[in-house]
Amino acid sequence: MEKILEVKNLRVSFDTYSGEVQAVRGVEFDLNKGETLAIVGESGSGKSVTTKALMRLLPEPHGYIKDGQILFEGDDLAKKTPKQMQKIRGKDMSMIFQDPMTSLNPTMKVGAQIMEGLIKHQKMGKTQAKKRAIELLELVQIPNPHERINQYPHQFSGGMRQRVVIAIALACNPKVLIADEPTTALDVTIQAEILDLMKDIQKKTDTSIIFITHDLGVVANIADRVAVMYAGKIVEVGTVDDVFYNPKHPYTWGLLGSMPTLDSEEEELFAIPGTPPDLLHPPKGDAFAPRNKFALEIDFHEQPPMYPVPGSETHFAATWLLHEYAPEVEIPASVKRRMKDISKSSDSGEGEKQ
Amino acid sequence: MTRYIFQRVIYMLLTLFIIASISFFLMKFLPGTPLNVENKLSPEQQEIILEKYGLNDPLPVQYFNYMAGLVQGDLGISFHFDSTPVSDILLGRIGPSALLGAQSLLVGTVLGILLGLVAAINHNGIMDYTSTLISVLGKSIPSFVFAGLLQLVFAVQLGWLPVALWGEFKHTILPTIALMIFPLATAARFTRTEMLEVLGSDFITTARAKGVNEFGIVFKHGLRNALIPLITVIGPMAVSLMTGTLVIEQIFGVPGIGEQFVTSVMVVDYPIIMGTTLLFAVLFVVIILVIDLLYGIIDPRIRLAGGEK
Repeated sequence: MEKILEVKNLRVSFDTYSGEVQAVRGVEFDLNKGETLAIVGESGSGKSVTTKALMRLLPEPHGYIKDGQILFEGDDLAKKTPKQMQKIRGKDMSMIFQDPMTSLNPTMKVGAQIMEGLIKHQKMGKTQAKKRAIELLELVQIPNPHERINQYPHQFSGGMRQRVVIAIALACNPKVLIADEPTTALDVTIQAEILDLMKDIQKKTDTSIIFITHDLGVVANIADRVAVMYAGKIVEVGTVDDVFYNPKHPYTWGLLGSMPTLDSEEEELFAIPGTPPDLLHPPKGDAFAPRNKFALEIDFHEQPPMYPVPGSETHFAATWLLHEYAPEVEIPASVKRRMKDISKSSDSGEGEKQ
Repeated sequence: MTRYIFQRVIYMLLTLFIIASISFFLMKFLPGTPLNVENKLSPEQQEIILEKYGLNDPLPVQYFNYMAGLVQGDLGISFHFDSTPVSDILLGRIGPSALLGAQSLLVGTVLGILLGLVAAINHNGIMDYTSTLISVLGKSIPSFVFAGLLQLVFAVQLGWLPVALWGEFKHTILPTIALMIFPLATAARFTRTEMLEVLGSDFITTARAKGVNEFGIVFKHGLRNALIPLITVIGPMAVSLMTGTLVIEQIFGVPGIGEQFVTSVMVVDYPIIMGTTLLFAVLFVVIILVIDLLYGIIDPRIRLAGGEK
């Protein structure tokens, strides 16, 4: 598999009045050509900040890349000047945002917003760009594109606006598409439509997608690989099967355990106790240790390295439980039950994917 | 769209009718009569004059007569200024005021918007603080202080321009500068605040993610959205500037309408008071209509149904 994006030891900090907040603390991952990588984690885990950093859309100078490399086709984006980034954004990498109600310019026609990137990056003329914009609206399945192109965002529904945002992102055939919770603000039926659309488009264009979400159901539906983030770090990464059916990190167990499924028989929904750490003063050892009932003594003193999970080439987890001297730990029964439920409900989804 | 404008014009006429009625009766409560001022006439002569101008009629009759004239476009004849028709006096006086007002509004707003933009882009930088300082000074120091300073520096010390004269374009420069400080300060303040808010909004991030450069971000995506609230404040400001500011007109010797208005109240010149009030009212409602239509042009969300397919 050809790697299109390699992120190495990425650290992002924000300067605030109370000090430096380390929002991302050494994230590493690869993105292969044509694959969908899902990044999951709770609010504040650094998912969005990571992707904003990839696009160099951090609110500089308060938010900045402190360290690390973002290798896009071997080229380090972290070292590019703002001018150079303007040529990459929208052309090679583009982004879909969470809230379609606010992410379109209210005083600009939808067509003009789509054409903007085409005129800038592909040096198209007005007529040519307009033709392409109509094609793009057709691609994202908006009916009557010839009329719709001359309308303003307020004349579109939420789901239709998100299709427009997707069309803008796809305009120049980007190699990497970053979707930052693109379905969170939509209602469930529209969510499913947008996900299907994205899968469909990926099949047609062979774009690599980074898909940020906190909805594990969406992950099972769309992703090839999953990275689980906690407190600014990736704690577990692997294929969907690796992470969903053989999770190794206690935080992943917690996430899976706290996911409601339709056929669960328990009366109470499991929740991970406690709250995420304050990244103004990151903990010394494993950030998850205080909330982890399986935490070992060493978890409070030293951060665990990424261990390859035995029996898999794609699966890694940062937990001391994978150390050769670590005690055997049984996955909690509730998580096991949940995993069984998920495998049942996503079987149909898997079939569709092939 | 035509229907909407027609509707609005009907409302405007209604508004003007109400304003005319209220000011007519309020004016009649003014102490004294037009004859108090130069009371050298005998009671008989006074009686003849009051009779001639219909000032002895009962109030409702006077009101009816005035309104009947008004409907036919007759504003009456001035008592004080040698029986000149009111409309002639107003027409002769509105020109300089409107010119000064339009000039200062245009220059002041454009400079203010630019200053506000620079401040927003340079948020918390030196230009931002400079802009804030200018805005605070411009809003808090009255225009006649600037007028005096301008006269001192440019007329007395440098001798570039006359202290107070009216006739050529260069005579309008100093009063325009003195008048434009306020709209400049207001526009700068508003633009800065709105622009900062707009630059922080999601669609600006979308535009950045498209690779739009900073110029495009500010002018193509930002400014138009930031200007919408500014239009609301510019309207009333435009009226107050165009109808003349008494103090500035006095200081620079401008034969404008502001000065005219005050004199007419002092000498209880009923037709002039009414005429000027109505002129201000007409300007006001017309500008409000223009602003409402401008909203539609700048912000498609409030564009009217039927205006566009």
